[in-house]
Amino acid sequence: MSATMESALKARMARQEGWNRPPHVEPEGEGELLELSMGPHHPSTHGVFRMDVSLDGERVIRLKPVFGYLHRNHEKIAEGTSYLASMPYTDRLDYFCSLTNNWAYALAVEKLAGQEVPERAEYLRVILAELTRIQNHASTIGFLLQEMGASGTPLMYAFREREKIMDLFESLTGSRLMCNYMRFGGCRVDASAAWLDQAHKVVATIPEFIDEFERFLRSNEILMARTQGMGVIKPELAVNAGLSGPMLRCTGVGYDIRKVDSYGIYDRFQFRVPVGDHGDIYDRYMVRMLEMRESVSILNQALKDIPGGPVMDPKAKIRNFRPKPGEAYGRIEAPKGELGFYLISDGGPNPYRYRVRPPSLINLTILEDMCLGHNVADVVLIFGSVDIVLGEVDR
Amino acid sequence: MAVDEQLKIEMGKQGVIVTSLQELYNWGRRNSVWPMQFGLACCAIEMIATTMARYDMARFGAEVFRPSPRQADMMIISGTVTKKMAPQVVRLYNQMGEPKYVIAMGACAISGGPFKQGYNVLKGIDRYIPVDVHIPGCPPRPEALLQAFITLQKKIDGQVLTGEGRPRHLDAEAQSIFPVPEQGEHDLEPTSNKGLWTVPTIIR
Repeated sequence: MSATMESALKARMARQEGWNRPPHVEPEGEGELLELSMGPHHPSTHGVFRMDVSLDGERVIRLKPVFGYLHRNHEKIAEGTSYLASMPYTDRLDYFCSLTNNWAYALAVEKLAGQEVPERAEYLRVILAELTRIQNHASTIGFLLQEMGASGTPLMYAFREREKIMDLFESLTGSRLMCNYMRFGGCRVDASAAWLDQAHKVVATIPEFIDEFERFLRSNEILMARTQGMGVIKPELAVNAGLSGPMLRCTGVGYDIRKVDSYGIYDRFQFRVPVGDHGDIYDRYMVRMLEMRESVSILNQALKDIPGGPVMDPKAKIRNFRPKPGEAYGRIEAPKGELGFYLISDGGPNPYRYRVRPPSLINLTILEDMCLGHNVADVVLIFGSVDIVLGEVDR
Repeated sequence: MAVDEQLKIEMGKQGVIVTSLQELYNWGRRNSVWPMQFGLACCAIEMIATTMARYDMARFGAEVFRPSPRQADMMIISGTVTKKMAPQVVRLYNQMGEPKYVIAMGACAISGGPFKQGYNVLKGIDRYIPVDVHIPGCPPRPEALLQAFITLQKKIDGQVLTGEGRPRHLDAEAQSIFPVPEQGEHDLEPTSNKGLWTVPTIIR
């Protein structure tokens, strides 16, 4: 090999350093590896997900994720129905956060059709999205601790708060889980003054809950021992692999679509974007904790400033909705990361192409990089810290 | 044989419990049904919510969610069963020890629900395993799951231990293991297990 070729190769290797894929882990000593299939029925897989793991004793040498146990033809169904009829299906993507899914889809269609959203509807969207973020992060942390062995109790605390938020969702949208609330050009129904009052009351109790949660957890020895330095992601890898949300921010990359795009009316609110430093499970946990606090601050501002007026653009067309031919990509900062919808219209009543950019799936692509070399018990934790929902991974 | 109600009350006043073996047996089993920790899709979140403090399924003796099918009495099919997942669901059901019960939670588990038109979605788990209680809803509320569970308890309460109508686990000839479907060329094969499900006749 000539010297120039060698240096070029070296330069290329240096550029690819950040990828670090796949990290090479060698088994120690001799003997066969244990092939283990974790899932699809496994208490820690958050649904139906399978990991084919090769183990050397307890150490993971190879990990291969197997998807598709919850593939429900979301995109294909959406291409066959009208734009509006896909809205309830978006609820069932990430079934923890139906309202942010609604928003992302409504945003994409509004971009496609060039629709305006009234002021009050924008505020309501922000309020609902931030409430969704709080309940998602609280439950995620609860589940993470459950996988650490704290069976039930932290999850009980998280779900106690979650039920309060679910009550708000139910009284506004009529459903606890599958809200189906947003429409192209606004929201389905207006929030009453009593609802906003109740929202105020619920939001006022959340900081107390976060304090309590943190008091229990922040200096907990088991939590520290099992999460610090575990499942580390390098920032280069995180960027290259297209991670988003808390998974990206835990590595120290301050990228939040609420700040970058300021979609909706996010430029009106004062909030900070918490970033981690080490990219380990503890940082992901901490970023989520801090994000809940920032959400509370956004909620307080939004609930204070919410104006009156209609919640639906009066010019918005509900029946016979046919956007002009074209394409649009709408994205928001969902609790799990960048949730985007890519739509191509050919002028018909249903989209020609409908594509979801799911944060859960893309955050999961580096699972092997995080898990190799760790014990199999830590795989459960690392997997839990990614925060996925299988409805969104497999669609 | 049922015990005379009046006798029960009279003896109860004296501090003596009069009961039949059947009643005692059913009472014990009804109040200690252990569900399997097994979530499939959206409904699993409502199932978790049911076990949490507000709805508190523990009141009915069903708080111990067992990760292993060997230790579980009841399977809650909570969500969409895809054709890739259906064989595993049947296999898990087969691994459960008798007596075992199944609750089909939500529209997807009953019939495919909103995703019925999809090529990859099973149109109801009752094609492969016997279902005791169906709950409609997308997703059903936690109260609905509790209602289904109470219905199941009533069913257990009404079991007779001997004779014709005795439950499956007391009948040596009853089938408790069902064939696991396999992925065929176009669909799962067989498309349903014999004796469980027949194509409904449409009455016009």
